[in-house]
Amino acid sequence: MPERNGDTDGSTGTARAAGTTGDGGRRLASGPGRLLVTLYGIFTVGAASRSLYQLSTRFDEAPLAYVLSAVAAVVYAFITVALVRGGEGARRAALACCGAELLGVLTVGTWTLVEPSAFPDATVWSDYGMGYLFIPLVLPVTGLLWLRRQPTDGSERTDTTSRTGTTGRTDGTGPAGR
Amino acid sequence: MLTPLTVALAVAALALAAWCGHAAYRDQPTKDWHFAGMAVVTALSVLQLVVGVVRLARGEEPADSTVIFVSYLVGVVCCMPAVGLLSLSERTRWGSLTVVAGAVVLAVLQVRLYDIWEGVGA
Repeated sequence: MPERNGDTDGSTGTARAAGTTGDGGRRLASGPGRLLVTLYGIFTVGAASRSLYQLSTRFDEAPLAYVLSAVAAVVYAFITVALVRGGEGARRAALACCGAELLGVLTVGTWTLVEPSAFPDATVWSDYGMGYLFIPLVLPVTGLLWLRRQPTDGSERTDTTSRTGTTGRTDGTGPAGR
Repeated sequence: MLTPLTVALAVAALALAAWCGHAAYRDQPTKDWHFAGMAVVTALSVLQLVVGVVRLARGEEPADSTVIFVSYLVGVVCCMPAVGLLSLSERTRWGSLTVVAGAVVLAVLQVRLYDIWEGVGA
């Protein structure tokens, strides 16, 4: 089937993907960012519903684990919203949160290995997210790479979304300040 | 729970994931046939929801809590429509990859659903 993309319904999509708009923010959730937002959204729903249920029904069993799950849910939710909203402020906030998330995964992951008795029940970040196919560990790294690659101001880079390389640091435009 | 349906849904989801993964590999967005595939998987998941609710109504109980069971069933139904919409507004290979992610999650949820009903995992 060599027919190429019958693009009848892509009006909204192409307008956004073409990237002719000035704000770099919209782009946070397009291209590879779309996949990232989806995964963050899934983890927000998963972690939030899980911790809500556990906190409301059996908080006493493993308070530390459940509170940490709730913290994870909040971080995921924040990053999801930031990615969807876009803009330089949101990009920086998301960048900071991805860093915090990575730190959280590494800390909690190590913690659960060193002192399993503190965790009668698992959190999303237990054993570096092994129960979730290590996605909790991969997500923040991917997020950091993706957010670093974004232009810091509104200037357009005619970057086709098919580019997958992580060569973000060649254009060390540095922090464009404010 | 109806094990054949659970297995069928997981297999269908993985097949859809492979199919859309192929589209992404060829740098193509999702097309009409992919959406037909998503519709099939969604229909199966709605059927699963109905079967699950009927069995609960008959007085059968999952090994784990009923609340978890129902929320997983609802989550499964929401999977495909959500990623379908996301891929509609992202007409690139990344839209296809989004569907792959949703389908894989759906397949994993099937395993968890089975555990919740049979009481294997938790």
